[in-house]
Amino acid sequence: MTPLAYLLQRGTALLMVPLIAAHLAVIIMAVQGGLSGEEILSRTRGSELWAAFYAVFVVAASVHAGIGLQTVLREWTPLERRGSAFAAHTFMVVLLGLGLRAVAGVYGL
Amino acid sequence: MSIAGITRASRAHPGFLAAMVHRLSGLALAIFLPLHFLSLGLAFEAETFGAFVAWTNQPLVKVSEALLVAALAVHFAGGLRLLAVEFFGLTRAQALWITCAFAFGAGLGLLFLLRAF
Amino acid sequence: MSKGNGKVLRVKVWRGAEEGGYQSYEVPARENQTVLDVVTWIQRNLDSALAYRFACRVGVCGSCAMTVNGRPRWTCRTHVSRVAKNGELTIAPLSNLPVIRDLATDMTAFFEKWQAARGRFVAGKGKKDRMAAIEPESKERAAASAAIECINCGVCYAACDVVSWRDDYLGPAALNRAWAAYNDVRDGDRVGVLKAVATSGGCHNCHTHQSCAEHCPVALNPTFSIAGLKRATLKAKLKGEMQ
Repeated sequence: MTPLAYLLQRGTALLMVPLIAAHLAVIIMAVQGGLSGEEILSRTRGSELWAAFYAVFVVAASVHAGIGLQTVLREWTPLERRGSAFAAHTFMVVLLGLGLRAVAGVYGL
Repeated sequence: MSIAGITRASRAHPGFLAAMVHRLSGLALAIFLPLHFLSLGLAFEAETFGAFVAWTNQPLVKVSEALLVAALAVHFAGGLRLLAVEFFGLTRAQALWITCAFAFGAGLGLLFLLRAF
Repeated sequence: MSKGNGKVLRVKVWRGAEEGGYQSYEVPARENQTVLDVVTWIQRNLDSALAYRFACRVGVCGSCAMTVNGRPRWTCRTHVSRVAKNGELTIAPLSNLPVIRDLATDMTAFFEKWQAARGRFVAGKGKKDRMAAIEPESKERAAASAAIECINCGVCYAACDVVSWRDDYLGPAALNRAWAAYNDVRDGDRVGVLKAVATSGGCHNCHTHQSCAEHCPVALNPTFSIAGLKRATLKAKLKGEMQ
């Protein structure tokens, strides 16, 4: 792991602390009295605030998961530096893509 | 890494177990996330999304959700252990206690609040 | 010579190199006996072809490190009574190193990594300069003192999981020494140590398993030293000191 990857890993972890707290708080509120798609969308549809919040969350999570996965691949599979980096970056891009698409979906783009 | 490798006697100490829990919970979350994003992507169609959310209202899904929350709590706690040692210079025992206390408290609290039981 | 008690130890010893197998021996059990005593007894009485290393046999040189019942230890400091369950012992060479033969490993990679982590002094001053005044209580001197007793026995290297997972990882001993070197404020190129340990196989690969600290016979804590290197490299990077 390079110092840069290390910095990004710890950095995104710290960034996600308040994001996770807020996310869990919302989930806890949302599941009170049963979960419904309408209720979720009523909160997120047209809300720039939630869109921004989740977009930042998606980027942070994608970077964090990507770097973590790269470490695991490098250490636990026969993949070497290039192979593990390629696989991890691909995963990160996929996660970013799906995540930002989900943000667009709940925003109602 | 082989199964025999996991059981090497030199690994029979709490630090290794903590690190493995951290790693495996991270992998579980990494596998879950794409599925989570895919299902949220259904939100483009409010009706489909509503139907999907209704579908999640079954025991198997609820249990999986509880396990994911547990995985998150435990992964977070493991991360705190790393930060405790790396940046605050805590000893092995101290860092481990922090982790266990947090994981236990957070996991329990969240599962309760999420009405998992 | 301590009394024999008629009992017998059943000892399995690794024979061969990377390919090989365990060979079983019966060794007379004695009341006070170290694992090194056992290995020596086998080599002198049962099988003179057994290859193994030792030197001081009193726990100050680190040459006799082997894997005893799955854990890396100094065999001269391991009493059989502490480790042999039901009179059984399994002895193998140190892990994570190529095996030359039987219980002797090739420590070349270990020492090459020691050098690669720049665990050595680079002079900053000359003869004509004033002597450096190092406060014994200073933070740096205390940090160096805590890490300085390493005799490069290889036990931590053998115990480290990341070393077993990545060939390029410098390892706990090399990084611990680098931390001690970095904390020598007389060094003329302290940032050079940070650059040496911030490579892709460097200190950031430590996952804080702390197997090294668990097994170090001199009670050093390479994990702590590596954490120090992580903090120092981060600071240096943020200050723009690292290229």
